[in-house]
Amino acid sequence: MFEEGSIFNQLLIERLNYFIYVVLLLMGLWAMIAKNNLIKKLIGMSIFQTAIILFYVSIGVKDEATIPIYLPEHDPHGSHASTEHNDTGTFSPQVLEASKVSGYTNPLPHVLMLTAIVVGVATLGLALSICLRIYRGYGTVEEDDLLLKLEQEDYRNARGFKKRRPRRRPSSTKASSGAAQTASSEKSKSGKTGQVNRRSRSKPPAKKSESSATSRAKKPARRRPRPQKPKEGDS
Amino acid sequence: MGLELYNAMILSLLVVVAALSLAIRDLVVSAMVFGVYSFLMCLLWAEMGAVDVAFTEATVGAGVSTVVLIATIFNLKRKAKD
Amino acid sequence: MKRTALIVVLLIGLLLAWAARDFPSWGDPDAPASSSPVSSHFIASTGVDTEVPNMVTAVLADYRGFDTMFETVVVFIAGLAVVSILRGGPRRRTRDREFVVDFEPDLIVTNTVRLIVPVIQIFALYVLAHGHVSPGGGFQGGVAMGASFILIALAWDLKTALARFSIDRCFLVAGLGILIYAGIGLFSMILGGEFLDYAHLAKILPVSPEMARYHAMLGVEIGVGFTVTAIMFALYASLSTDGRMRDGL
Repeated sequence: MFEEGSIFNQLLIERLNYFIYVVLLLMGLWAMIAKNNLIKKLIGMSIFQTAIILFYVSIGVKDEATIPIYLPEHDPHGSHASTEHNDTGTFSPQVLEASKVSGYTNPLPHVLMLTAIVVGVATLGLALSICLRIYRGYGTVEEDDLLLKLEQEDYRNARGFKKRRPRRRPSSTKASSGAAQTASSEKSKSGKTGQVNRRSRSKPPAKKSESSATSRAKKPARRRPRPQKPKEGDS
Repeated sequence: MGLELYNAMILSLLVVVAALSLAIRDLVVSAMVFGVYSFLMCLLWAEMGAVDVAFTEATVGAGVSTVVLIATIFNLKRKAKD
Repeated sequence: MKRTALIVVLLIGLLLAWAARDFPSWGDPDAPASSSPVSSHFIASTGVDTEVPNMVTAVLADYRGFDTMFETVVVFIAGLAVVSILRGGPRRRTRDREFVVDFEPDLIVTNTVRLIVPVIQIFALYVLAHGHVSPGGGFQGGVAMGASFILIALAWDLKTALARFSIDRCFLVAGLGILIYAGIGLFSMILGGEFLDYAHLAKILPVSPEMARYHAMLGVEIGVGFTVTAIMFALYASLSTDGRMRDGL
């Protein structure tokens, strides 16, 4: 099974590196598709990116070649420069001939992959900030929970429920909570509305007054007049 | 022969570490193992002769990428469901 | 869903593995990538054209200067996007996190960091400046410098680090970096060459055209270093505090 020329020999012994890169690519790709948690997906994305970068860099490898920095004898500023090029003894750099060129690793893939690594970290930062934002909005970063919440929201929107008001400024409820509580006690709790833009308060009024009381204690009184909430009830 | 052995060892470790990083449920541990993955990549590139790439991956992978990942996870729930 | 994904991924893997048999063997000097005329030209003529020993830096900053400039712009835009995504919007419903990271700065850690951070910053500047001769350059030095600020934020709290390098100043420095890069390019254009053709800077600097390229590469790497430093720190500051910039990790 392991003789010369068979598939196993070719893949696993001669080109072991490429085979491992393929395995890493597959792991990253699978993680991006199948994992539930968004952070795991991002880790999968990073694994995928680094595997690609690994593949690129290994294209430029040459057997028994040194790093792509000039050796002292070819160095334009080197002190052990050979003086055979110039009779006055000063070294002027010459274009390397082909035999010397093959002694250096190919610098072009390194350059491209430097850019790729830095762009990869920028992408990771951006993706993490979007994850944080999702967590702030929905309270979870698991994909199935997110899909469930989105479905519920779509259902509510389709049936005409109004979105719960995000509790952005607790002090705004102070001005309007008095009017809102009387209004909400009249409205039906189910919130099944057709044409009106009433708010369906899903929070019980008692909790609202306590929270607005505590928030009132925290924040100073607002001077700016806030718009009354039921005003937007009229068309 | 020695270099090929080194290559094979680091590559197999790489696959194991990547699989671990995806399978562990605790997200902070997963991010740390991802840092180990970055470091193994850096070693691999240093052996291949890509010194600039290895330097960049060492600073960016372990310095910024891992730290930023852990800093984000502290703002989320630490335990993943799968 | 997971099973379908596994099957698809395995199929792709089989395809890739079958294609991997056609790759050149490892380290072959006659492989098409290794013997291409472009790379041979880069290896052979870097010494003559630019007198910079590090070929990677020469190709990055001189022969392929456009790519590096736009990569710097990409990093800047990513930092801008992260800060603006996390800054606005509704605040979280649950005000506290799972952990409360509220501790006194530790004595040993702060004193060690106090000694180490200047050394890190000098090393970062060294890596930046010595990138022509040894492995290094703008990105590596910039990231190390940004990491030193992150270290200050980790050892004390984020407020201490922001007092030294606030987010507004971050973006100022990042923009300055891009301006330096594009400014050098424009300057060469004003002096009669093309954009980012550094050899024309020899008209005002008292050096030969090759050394003009050498020095312009250093200027360009400094620009890149500025941007990367500022954005790495802004990224950390935004992400670890969920945009609030108040408490920190």
